[in-house]
Amino acid sequence: MMSLKEFENRNVSEGAYYKVDIPDYPETGWEKAKQVFSRAIKGELFVGLYIVMREMIKFDIHTVQYPKEKLPIGPRYRAVHEMQRLWESGTERCIGCGLCEKICISDCIRMDTKIDEQSRKQVTEYTINLGRCIFCGYCAEVCPELAIVHGGRYENTSEQRAHYIGYEDMLTPFDMAVKGQVAEYPGFGAITPHEDERVKSTPLAY
Amino acid sequence: MEVAYIIETLIKIVVILLVFSALAGFGTYFERKILAFMQRRLGPMHVGPFGLLQIAADGIKLFTKEDIVPTNAVGPIFKIAPVITAATAFMAAAAIPFLPQFTIFGYTVHPIVADVNIGILYILGVMAVGFYGPLLGSLASSNKFALISAARAASVFISYEVVTGLSLLAPLMMVGSFSLIDFNNYQAGGIGDWIIWSQPVAFVLFWIAAFAETGRTPFHLVANDHEIIDGFGTEYSGMRWGLFFIGEYANMFFISFVIVLLFLGGFGDGSVLGALGFLLKMSFFFFFFLWTRAAWPDIRPDQLMWLCWKVLMPLAVINVVVTGFVMMF
Repeated sequence: MMSLKEFENRNVSEGAYYKVDIPDYPETGWEKAKQVFSRAIKGELFVGLYIVMREMIKFDIHTVQYPKEKLPIGPRYRAVHEMQRLWESGTERCIGCGLCEKICISDCIRMDTKIDEQSRKQVTEYTINLGRCIFCGYCAEVCPELAIVHGGRYENTSEQRAHYIGYEDMLTPFDMAVKGQVAEYPGFGAITPHEDERVKSTPLAY
Repeated sequence: MEVAYIIETLIKIVVILLVFSALAGFGTYFERKILAFMQRRLGPMHVGPFGLLQIAADGIKLFTKEDIVPTNAVGPIFKIAPVITAATAFMAAAAIPFLPQFTIFGYTVHPIVADVNIGILYILGVMAVGFYGPLLGSLASSNKFALISAARAASVFISYEVVTGLSLLAPLMMVGSFSLIDFNNYQAGGIGDWIIWSQPVAFVLFWIAAFAETGRTPFHLVANDHEIIDGFGTEYSGMRWGLFFIGEYANMFFISFVIVLLFLGGFGDGSVLGALGFLLKMSFFFFFFLWTRAAWPDIRPDQLMWLCWKVLMPLAVINVVVTGFVMMF
């Protein structure tokens, strides 16, 4: 798994790129002949042969055999949504405020709520049409309760679009939450670790 | 005696056909694996252990694919072209001794179908006829890319064939025979007797020409995937395309045998060690075909013609003249 520090380094190209020194194309016949002889005698062909043979002997294979091996994804990767529960009690975090439904720019979240016996709002229907979702992350950012977040599950398949995706599929299983097996969620939707340093004071001086 | 001879020859033909058809299949497997390793990939891995059954999967696929003859293609020529390639490749094998003669159940076997006295001439001639496969196939298939491929096939053909013939002339002058068995016996004395030491230039020239002969990578311009789709193979599907493939790979094996027999001592004195060495040397040349494919870029048709006519042919002629003078004095 990639650590957050590596992930936050966005300047990957620093120092990695350099300009290749390409000589001018030969124009006269004599220059062409010189190029032919230098290429034939300097043994550039054999350098090529040596390099591929070296790679074969080193056997440093870079293939990822996908279903068996997977590449690490970023810690704040935005894949299929998850619905979180509170620790210990296992209560659903979603308070049915409807902000995610409101902010969703591709209009793929649909929710229905009612007032339950204790005069609290309760979610009765909650679906995300993953065929429409563009995984922008607004729903997770706007959620005041860290209820809807983006998880790391990026492999989805189904025979029907209607299977994408019910509330129950996204919800953390009840027993896992009660047993305390769910850590505080670090992925997308949660506050990033360095948030304090990034906070700027509101410009009040008009 | 006569009946026994005919039966023996028929058995040899069947064995060579079966072995080299299978080897052509394994050749594709080796090629994919070795290219993959050289490019830090794994190659076929999923069908069978280490992807070994990939050959079977490819075979089933080729055999069961729909056989399409395009509307505007010239049917009979289109259909016969792959057969020409595959058939001539195997016909060339008739004059190649694949092993030294050995005795099995008291019966001496000569692992050569016909030790004709014009062996090498016959092999080169039949292999040259093999170029009619791509040429006719691409002309008949009514496809622009195939047409370009036909033009390239013709230009490549007239270029390299001169080099092949002239480069072989010098060793032929030394040995004084066209038979590959005679070539082998000439070098039977050990490594010091190999013709490569007395004819290094001819060896290199013939080796370069072999790449053009088999259409392998530096000269892979008749069916260059990234320029002209698959050239002559663009319109072919199923086993017709497969026959082109078998012909190409069988040709690679046979030309490897021929190079070793001509320049590197063949099977030497005919002992078991010599036979093993023969196969090892042959394997190296086959491996080199794959090695260069991983390492080298393709060149343009005009560059190939330039190379063959302006560089290799003069070198071959000089080589012949020098050999002649050395032999005279």
